[in-house]
Amino acid sequence: MILFDNVSKTYRRKARPALNEVSLEIQAGEFVFLVGASGSGKSTVIRMIMREERANTGDIHVLGQRLASIPTRKVPFFRRNLGVVFQDFRLLRNKTVYENVAFTLQVIGKSRGFISEAVPDVLQIVGLAGKASRFPHELSGGEQQRVAIARAVVNKPPILLADEPTGNLDPTTSAGIMALLARINEGGTTVVMATHEASIVDAMQRRVIELDSGKVVRDEKSGTYGVSVAATGSTGKAPESKGGKKAASKKSEKGAKA
Amino acid sequence: MRVALVLREVWTGLRRNMSMVISVILVTFISLTFVGSAMLLQSQINQMKGFWYDRAQVAIYFCNDGDTGDQCAGEATEEDIAAVEAVLESEAIDPFVRNFEFEDREQALENFQRQFAGTQAVEFATEDSMSRALRVQPSSPADASVVAEATRSLPGVLEVQDQRRLLEPIFNVLNIASLAAVVIAAIMLVAAVLLISTTIRLSAYSRQRELGIMRLVGASNRFIQTPFILEGVVAALVGSLLASGAILALVQWGVQGYLAPALPTYPLVTVDAAMLVVPVLLGIGVVLAAIAAAVAIRRYLRV
Repeated sequence: MILFDNVSKTYRRKARPALNEVSLEIQAGEFVFLVGASGSGKSTVIRMIMREERANTGDIHVLGQRLASIPTRKVPFFRRNLGVVFQDFRLLRNKTVYENVAFTLQVIGKSRGFISEAVPDVLQIVGLAGKASRFPHELSGGEQQRVAIARAVVNKPPILLADEPTGNLDPTTSAGIMALLARINEGGTTVVMATHEASIVDAMQRRVIELDSGKVVRDEKSGTYGVSVAATGSTGKAPESKGGKKAASKKSEKGAKA
Repeated sequence: MRVALVLREVWTGLRRNMSMVISVILVTFISLTFVGSAMLLQSQINQMKGFWYDRAQVAIYFCNDGDTGDQCAGEATEEDIAAVEAVLESEAIDPFVRNFEFEDREQALENFQRQFAGTQAVEFATEDSMSRALRVQPSSPADASVVAEATRSLPGVLEVQDQRRLLEPIFNVLNIASLAAVVIAAIMLVAAVLLISTTIRLSAYSRQRELGIMRLVGASNRFIQTPFILEGVVAALVGSLLASGAILALVQWGVQGYLAPALPTYPLVTVDAAMLVVPVLLGIGVVLAAIAAAVAIRRYLRV
């Protein structure tokens, strides 16, 4: 599904490579954490999967396509296969929740009928069914991130990329967001999430790829954040219990459809 | 669906950038008015050339007693005049000559008195001071120089006057005027193009967030750039329409309404000619705006 083969990337005017001969493979349906300190290359990996950045050397394959061979003109069409969520939500302030989600479908040319069905569906999934006509500034951070997630998955992309999606949220709200991502993953969507929050990684017990100075230093199935936090990792489950269960309990069959 | 969405984006963009859009409209308006004026001036010049050159004659003056010309040896004889007429009728020159007529001193004085009526020159003019002349109508304006060359050095010929030459300074002035209009138009068009691209950049900048999200979710480049290009085109189109209106009004009221009654015998540009200029102005406005906007927005399409 996602394959990095000896990928190196050096940003212009920077001596040290952001990624240094990274090779990794992510299978369809996986839930993968990218962890590491700031500047370790997590975000670069996400941006390269989106083909926002191109590799200097090495090959990246996403969804069976070799990214280097996609012409710039065709990149927008490739992006339609990816949902992306960021730390800062990136919602349109002058549009309502409904309009924010619908906007995605409008700009890729979906029909009015499709939009009027898909948007309420996805808002139901993320737990915002009653807030369709609110504006982003009327919502809490967690709710805004749910809108962003709804926007990312409304087109039912096979891959969801999340770059520090819980970075601006408190632990309880974060757990709710994680439960939502987990449920989207259960529906068959491959999720790749960059984070530096140890408790979240430890709680989820999913695959962890650790980057350090642009190199993969660890790749574990159902791993924890890191050796230093592994000792206290057992306490990491606590936040999941409250918000997380609540979001996950409702409509899990809808999530499976997504 | 998408058309409505694109049009709504165009409208939002235009409204948000109102002052810039108005300046684009005004600059396009002025620059295209100059373009239109230059075109009409050119067509006026061509019409006048046709009109005057058609009437321009070659006048062959014959020597009087006491004239000092290279070919003058006292008064030109009847034989001299007959020889010049023979040249005009010769096989080589005849195709270039439509007709010619002889003007004797009496007719010359009459013409002179009519031409300079009311001036002091009339009082001093006598029949003896007039030159006899052959007034030649060439087959076409371009043939005038052939006739002049063929007769200039014949004995008894004082001077050959190609009247077309006399008109040339007038047309030179008009040509310079239309050239000046073209230069001003070109400078103004450059300003218009730069202003359009700045406006579009500003418009894109104020919608950076939307553009970022559009690119994120995979909106095609064409979908992203179309509203901006249309925004530039709409503004330029309004300016072009104003310029067209100004040109039509200028011809209708300025030329046909004011100048035409004052100069009844002159061929002046008509509203029909101005109507031909209108599509050209609209075309220039729309094409330049589209190109300027497309170039300006390209930076925002990089993925």
